[in-house]
Amino acid sequence: MPDLVIRGLDAHYGATPVLSGLDLHVESGATVGLIGPSGSGKSTILRTILGLLPPSRGEIVLDGRRVDYAKPAEVRALRERVAVVFQQYNLFQNMTVLQNVCITPVKIRGRPRREVEDEARRLLAKVGLADKLSSYPDQLSGGQQQRVAIARALALRPEILLLDEVTAALDPELVSEVLDTIRLLAREGMTMMIVSHEMGFIREVSSRVVFMADGRKVEEGPPARIFDAPQEARTQSFVSKILRH
Amino acid sequence: MFETILAEWPRFATLANAAFLARAAATTLALSAVGVVLGSLIGVAVAVAGRTRAGWLRPVRLLARLYTELFRRVPFLVTLMLTFYLVQASGVDLPLAVVAGVTVTLIAGAYLAEIVRAGLAAVHPNQWEAAATMNFTLLQTIRLVVLPQAWPLILPPSFGFFVMFIKDTALASQIGVIELTYAARVLNNKGFSATLSFGCVLVLYFALSYPLARLGARLETRLAGPRHPRP
Ligand SMILES: Nc1ncnc2c1ncn2[C@@H]1O[C@H](COP(=O)(O)OP(=O)(O)OP(=O)(O)O)[C@@H](O)[C@H]1O
Ligand SMILES: [Mg+2]
Repeated sequence: MPDLVIRGLDAHYGATPVLSGLDLHVESGATVGLIGPSGSGKSTILRTILGLLPPSRGEIVLDGRRVDYAKPAEVRALRERVAVVFQQYNLFQNMTVLQNVCITPVKIRGRPRREVEDEARRLLAKVGLADKLSSYPDQLSGGQQQRVAIARALALRPEILLLDEVTAALDPELVSEVLDTIRLLAREGMTMMIVSHEMGFIREVSSRVVFMADGRKVEEGPPARIFDAPQEARTQSFVSKILRH
Repeated sequence: MFETILAEWPRFATLANAAFLARAAATTLALSAVGVVLGSLIGVAVAVAGRTRAGWLRPVRLLARLYTELFRRVPFLVTLMLTFYLVQASGVDLPLAVVAGVTVTLIAGAYLAEIVRAGLAAVHPNQWEAAATMNFTLLQTIRLVVLPQAWPLILPPSFGFFVMFIKDTALASQIGVIELTYAARVLNNKGFSATLSFGCVLVLYFALSYPLARLGARLETRLAGPRHPRP
């Protein structure tokens, strides 16, 4: 069972500090909701966990073992277990929907193509894309691409799933479809970290909510407390602003 | 002019001359083919080397950079002479054609490395990142994700270079390799008019490079069309 701990994490883009002294715990089966203003560093946390941006201080501990991001083998081992849906989807532009979902299980992990394709079709049907298997990403709407990205991440059978704004580009009808999928995952015990501006959803699905601003964690707690009785002024103003519209 | 050529023609169109020109054309073709094929391989290898990130490969990256920057900045003739004298100094007894082959390969490799590098660099970073987070190796990333997207950027300048390159193999004549340009001079010296000698060679150069340009155009539509379907 996966257990992810982030301790005293600093990250920089060049000389610009983006995360400072961040502590975060994603315990097995938890759904941690990550909220905060634009530019507060939410996506950067996910990028750092995956080793796309090496931490400049602090540590990331998976199952009690500190991940050494200087060691490719350790990063690879982590990436076997953690999947991400990027805010910009990052689908492979040269591949069809089905190829996008199948490529890693088949080509990188060596699973049988038949089996993977069957699973991919099921996953794609689940996110409402059964009729788009042979479309290319640039023939899809943003919301459709987002759902392909979700299917692609699930096809990796991750233990931990990181979701970055997976509902941002969806219309209300699809939002509920995608949210159903995520809800189901949460219920099945998938360990997740979810970045979202969809406060109602975060509130419903999260076991814990983290509010961050300017690269720091401002407040953390059960959804009811963060949304109904935030302790910090920063959280209060964010929550009241966002809930008002 | 036309009359002189007509007058010369019976004397010119001998089997010996035809064989001589054919051999020269074959040499030009061989030099071009060596440059294009080996140069492409080197170009891709050097461009890929430039994308490595591991600390211990740093010297390799530096070498790749140096190679590309240097050989594209030095006149072809200088590269040729350098190779020629280095080979001589090292005491190895290489045929001149091989020296020329090494030179054209070095030059083509540097140009193609730069074309491929630019093509890889133009593919959106998020494609590299997505592949990395799913544990693609560098080679898998390039082969499965990046190159298929980079073909439209790589093929046109590559074939542009190839076509230009065929004529640049004329350089080999400088060290006495009998390729097309050299052959034209020989025929000219034998007393045939420059118009005929060089005109004939011009036609042969065209015959060599035109199919290549067509191949390039076909590959572009095949590999680099607006959609990139896998058959
Ligand atoms: N590639 C980059 N180079 C330099 N700075 C960057 C880069 N990516 C992000 N940043 C900066 O890092 C900070 C945090 O960005 P991040 O994308 O993590 O914010 P976010 O909380 O995800 O915002 P949003 O809600 O808009 O997605 C921002 O100030 C941003 O300008
Ligand atoms: Mg973001």
